Amino acid sequence: MATTTALVVKTVAPRPRRVPRALGQFARVFFRDRQAVVGLVIIAITGGAALAAPLISPWDPLTSAAVERLSPIGTPGHLLGTDEQGRDILSRLIWGGRASLLAGILPTVAAGVVALFLGLLAGYLGGATDHVIMRALDVFFAFPLVLLAIAIVGVIGPGMNNQMFALAVVLVPYSTRVVRTATLSVKPLEFVEAARALGASRGRLIGRHLLPNVLPPLLVYTSTLVGMMIVASAGLSFLGLGVQPPTPDWGVMVGNGRLVLYRAAHVATIPGIVIVVAALAFNFVGDGLREALDPRARR
Amino acid sequence: MIVYALQRLLGLVPVLFGISVVIFLTMKLIPGDVARALLGPMATDQTLAQLRHALGLDEAIHVQYVKWLWRALHGDLGLSPIVHKPVVELLLPKFGNTLILAGASFFLAVVGGVTVGVLAASRQQTAVDRAAMGASLVVGNMPPFWLGLVLIVFFAINLRWLPSLGMYSARGPGGIGDLLAHLIMPAIATAAAPGAIIARMTRASVLEILGQDYIKVARSKGLSERAVLGLHALRVAWPPILTISGLQLGYLLGGAVFTEEVFGWPGLGRQLVSSVIARDVQVVQGAALFIALSFVMVNLVVDLLNLYLDPRSRPA
Repeated sequence: MATTTALVVKTVAPRPRRVPRALGQFARVFFRDRQAVVGLVIIAITGGAALAAPLISPWDPLTSAAVERLSPIGTPGHLLGTDEQGRDILSRLIWGGRASLLAGILPTVAAGVVALFLGLLAGYLGGATDHVIMRALDVFFAFPLVLLAIAIVGVIGPGMNNQMFALAVVLVPYSTRVVRTATLSVKPLEFVEAARALGASRGRLIGRHLLPNVLPPLLVYTSTLVGMMIVASAGLSFLGLGVQPPTPDWGVMVGNGRLVLYRAAHVATIPGIVIVVAALAFNFVGDGLREALDPRARR
Repeated sequence: MIVYALQRLLGLVPVLFGISVVIFLTMKLIPGDVARALLGPMATDQTLAQLRHALGLDEAIHVQYVKWLWRALHGDLGLSPIVHKPVVELLLPKFGNTLILAGASFFLAVVGGVTVGVLAASRQQTAVDRAAMGASLVVGNMPPFWLGLVLIVFFAINLRWLPSLGMYSARGPGGIGDLLAHLIMPAIATAAAPGAIIARMTRASVLEILGQDYIKVARSKGLSERAVLGLHALRVAWPPILTISGLQLGYLLGGAVFTEEVFGWPGLGRQLVSSVIARDVQVVQGAALFIALSFVMVNLVVDLLNLYLDPRSRPA
């Protein structure tokens, strides 16, 4: 009996690239988290409204109308009422999102970039470089964060740009610690050793191998800081040290509303609610990112 | 332990040195000529040079630093050019007022936070737990200045229960009762966010311990839930709670700036803000020094207390 041997050629499908699969898994975990999705939606709404302010804002945020001062919530034409100068509160909230969100996000991102540089340097080089960088940053931990920001603004002068600069400076030590710790945990791993043995340059080692592994923890940490920074920058503006009136900003709005608290409490309280909701939303997203990026944190 | 405490104390020296350098240099970084600012635009070059010499501004920067440090160590932080008063004399009473507010807030934050945290942990996954943790999440994100205003709206404007401004009534009996009435709202507003964080940490810490074997043994012995929590779980859970609470102090001092401003509390934070707005750098510098020193000291005390109370944290 003749036997036939069938030659089975198994075609091997090319393996999908690792990056999109990792991204897909990240997205699956992130979007399963209801809180994170709610947070993302809130950020999209407030951010989108701030960007589209010229199109959707019902009134000009700066035009005051003396006859319509302190209209209560639900006044026809002024859904959330008007402030002490007769300006529409809803319109000022929409426009105010620009300064308020920017003042929360930009310092955190800027501090993250500086921290990435300092933390990688300290963690990778170690020795004297590490010592000098970390001991210098230790001094900053001796000041409560917000107070240090106020003191820096005190030296360079009030204003939105100076406020963002001050907040970025006070955040650098915190973010640098995160990057340095992550660098130290990745540096002794075998794939880094292997790359070094293969003759990879220092720049390639840091850029190609350390950086991608240091970014996720920094991203998670940064995302939780944004909510805090929105509250902090609103606070500086409330004190008159940040965004200057009449520019609409949520902190400025609470500060102005405080002067008419006895006659119309809504002028100060409504912007505060928006600050709390925005800060919560960023925290929700931060928690979601942590779960999606750090498998150990998954519930 | 004493050795560790001494090491910890010695470790403070470089930090304190760093603080003094940073504070000294920030003054030097300010644009503009101090002598010209003091004498005005009409001053001649000769008088400017004389004043610079008198103030020691023509000396090398390290000489200026050493002289400044020497004076600071002797309690001389200079004279405020705006209020024309020695900085230390201006700041000391304000510092005392801030200590009253911070002390009361810290007490509230720890007592409230630990109570809520333990309650939530003992009723894990029930409506009580979810409500407590939901509330702590919202409260933890509330700006203290806004919470202060909301409290004023409810308790001072609508209910008229509490005074909304200052430390004592202008006309009234004064005394401790008056102080307490003025203290309640600012203390709550300052304590809220740190208290919320302490509540969440306490819950996590207690839950971790409730899952351990010796707690199961205690329960299977038939001990009441209260005894299990109070006698067994909390005794082990509270050193980390203490550490977290200590860490909240910085946050609390930061929040106090806003509540002092909102409630007109005559403290260090309010002085700092008004000096920043008036650009009174001498006072800003002094206030920064006060705050940094007290913060460093508080952290040291928390560390040492922790070391004393929790044998696990002692170095081998």
